[in-house]
Formats: sequence, structure tokens, C-alpha cells
Amino acid sequence: MAELYDRYSSVVYAVALRVLGDTGAAEDVLQEVFLQLWRNPSAFDAARGSLGSWLAVITRNRAIDSLRKRRPETDIEDVVLSIAPDLAGDAERARVAEKVRGVMGSMASAQRSALEMAYWEGMSHSEIANKTGEPLGTVKTRIRSGLIALRKAFQT
Amino acid sequence: MSAHEQYAEDLALYALDALQGEDRARLDQHLAGCAACRLELEQLRGDTALLALSATGPRPPQRARQKLLDAVAREPRLPVAVPTAKRRGWWGWLGWAATAAVVIFALSLWRENSALKQTLASASSQAEESARELQELRKIAAPILQPEAQRVTLVAAKDPPQPQGKAFYMRNHGSLVFLANNMPALPPQKAYELWLIPMSGAPMPAGMFKPDAHGNASVVNPPLPAGTEAKAFAITVENEAGAATPTMPIVMVGAGE
Repeated sequence: MAELYDRYSSVVYAVALRVLGDTGAAEDVLQEVFLQLWRNPSAFDAARGSLGSWLAVITRNRAIDSLRKRRPETDIEDVVLSIAPDLAGDAERARVAEKVRGVMGSMASAQRSALEMAYWEGMSHSEIANKTGEPLGTVKTRIRSGLIALRKAFQT
Repeated sequence: MSAHEQYAEDLALYALDALQGEDRARLDQHLAGCAACRLELEQLRGDTALLALSATGPRPPQRARQKLLDAVAREPRLPVAVPTAKRRGWWGWLGWAATAAVVIFALSLWRENSALKQTLASASSQAEESARELQELRKIAAPILQPEAQRVTLVAAKDPPQPQGKAFYMRNHGSLVFLANNMPALPPQKAYELWLIPMSGAPMPAGMFKPDAHGNASVVNPPLPAGTEAKAFAITVENEAGAATPTMPIVMVGAGE
């Protein structure tokens, strides 16, 4: 466990802190995510993705649940990813983070902000539509095409 | 794009954990029967992982590491048996500690449930049910497997306490739980070795153990090939590193009933 923590805690903490903006709350999520992994290691299926990415997604979901004070919607065992970078090493992680920021930066600002509101603030598409004054369908399309744009950037 | 176009946008929201209520239930129903959309969901989750991974910042404070390791040390975690295709249980012994074997068996069932969950529409409720059962079984198993549990062996009033071992073995899984008490203390650099005596062939090493100060010890799920029928179990004293063949004398032995 200590080894896993040393390898992935900085990813988990960074994600939790980005969502919550509070070091104490981020530490709580960090604790919870690793304890869940300890209690139920079989929840992570190594054949279906990398541990680093899986932890990042689980952490983001838990942090959003905590931010919005709602009960967890998705069981960690149900979170299955396609193969994505593992990010165990700092250099690899920095490279991926840089590339993602590059792709985000090249998006139209309305699309980038829709994706960021949905991802980092956990806002629903209707909340985003209310805030931006755009039609629901437009918001949905922006979120999806934003994610697909990221995928494409990493496929090439 | 092989996923159904009408679900494409909802799948993205689902991947973000942002789809709620009826929309989510409808998509859940569709996902249960549509492999293409499940695949697309996995890909979209992979895409969200990229977003998550773009977060960079300070490392967590040093105290968080120790806090986690302390919490982990307090958490019991039971071993998980590797599930095999067949699961007809073979109960060699009956007794109070058979619950330990039940736990391993239940873990296997539960893991199988987990795997099936992605393809069976009704399986998510089954998995919840299994998880609840697992929780119950963990409670039952805790007094058997946790080192801090008080262990009392009752014997005929006039007899002095005798060394005693109980093995619970499920052949089809290669799962074994062994519990011992009143074991005599060992010389330095020595340990007890448990042996599985098959119906034919040489004894197979089935785990090393050293009793605690009270003479208690346990071996849980040593590496054993599945399907080996056991004629008996035996214990010898070996060097700590373990031996490939037993060194005489056999200090304890027991045959299946």
C-alpha cells in the first residue's frame, strides 16, 4: 500500500485539490480513495485500464460528490476505462498534463468552459445551460465533442 | 463510431457522472444490453481520465501518508481466493471454523458476480446483495481469522491442553484455511511446515507458520494447485526458509473424514 501511495498519491491529491480547492477536504478524499482500494482491490480490473488513470477518475468522482454533498452515484467497481496513460512517473505525467492543457487551450472558449464546468465543478448540463444561456443540446454536444477532441489528440 | 448515435451525448454525461434520474436509468437499461455503447462509455471515461490527469499541484502533506498507513493497519482485509470455473464445494471437515472456508467461497462467488455484472442486466442488484452477504460473512469470520481475537480451546477437564490443528480445504478451488493452537514453541530459525498429502504422489508444501506467544497460528490460502485431492494433512518442523520435502519426524497428522 505504501508503494502504491508513493506512486499515485500526488495524482490523487492534485485531482482532489483541483476540484475542492481546500487542502483538508482534498486530504479526506485522498484517504478515502486509497482506503477503498485497500478494502476492495478487485474493484480495479488491470485488464481494462491503468491504475493511475482509474484512480484519477475515481478521485474526481468522489471529490465532486463531496463538493456537491451528494451520495456517490457510481460504484467504484463499475468504473471501467479504456486503456489510458498510467502516469506513474512524474515525467510522463507532466508530458500528458502539458498535452491536455494544449488541447484544451486550442478549443473554442465556450467549449472549454462547458467541459471545465462539467468536469471540475460537477455541474449538470442543465446548470451549465442556465449559467451560459445556451440551449441544453448545445451544451451536451460541446461536452461530448470536447472529450472526443482530447481522445483524438492522444490517438495520433 | 459504433455506439448508438441517440445515446452519444448522454454517454458523455454518464462518463462525467453527470447524468441523473430518468435519463440515467434509461441509459443504464440500454447499456446492459449494448456492448458497443459500453465500449464507448469506457472510451469516454478514458477521455475524462486525461482531463483528470491534467491537474497538477503540490504533493500531499507528509502526515497524510502516515495517516493512511495507520488506517490501513487497522483495517482487516481478508485474502481473496482466485475463482475457478467450477465451484462444487468439498467439505472435508465440519465445525465452527468452517465459516472461514465459507468466506473464501463467498468471495469467489462475489468476484464471479462482479465479472458477470457487465453483461447481465439484473446483475447489479445481485452484486449488491452479494456485497451485503460478504459483509455479514466478514463479521462472522473476524473472530476466526483476526490475530487479536481471543481463542479458547475446550478439552476434557482432566487432559492437559494438546497441540491441535484444523484444516479446511476446498479441492476445486485449491483453497485452504488452517488454524492451530497450543503449538509448542520452536527452536530459533525453525518453523512449522504444513503438508498436503495427496491421494498419490509426494507431499506438497502447504505453507509455513510460526505460532504466536499463545501457541496460535494460521495459514490462509497457500499456493496450491486446484483440484488436488487430499488424503491427509501433516506438519513437520523445518528451517525457516521451508523445505520441498518433509523432514522427519511428522509432528502432527490428520486424515480427512
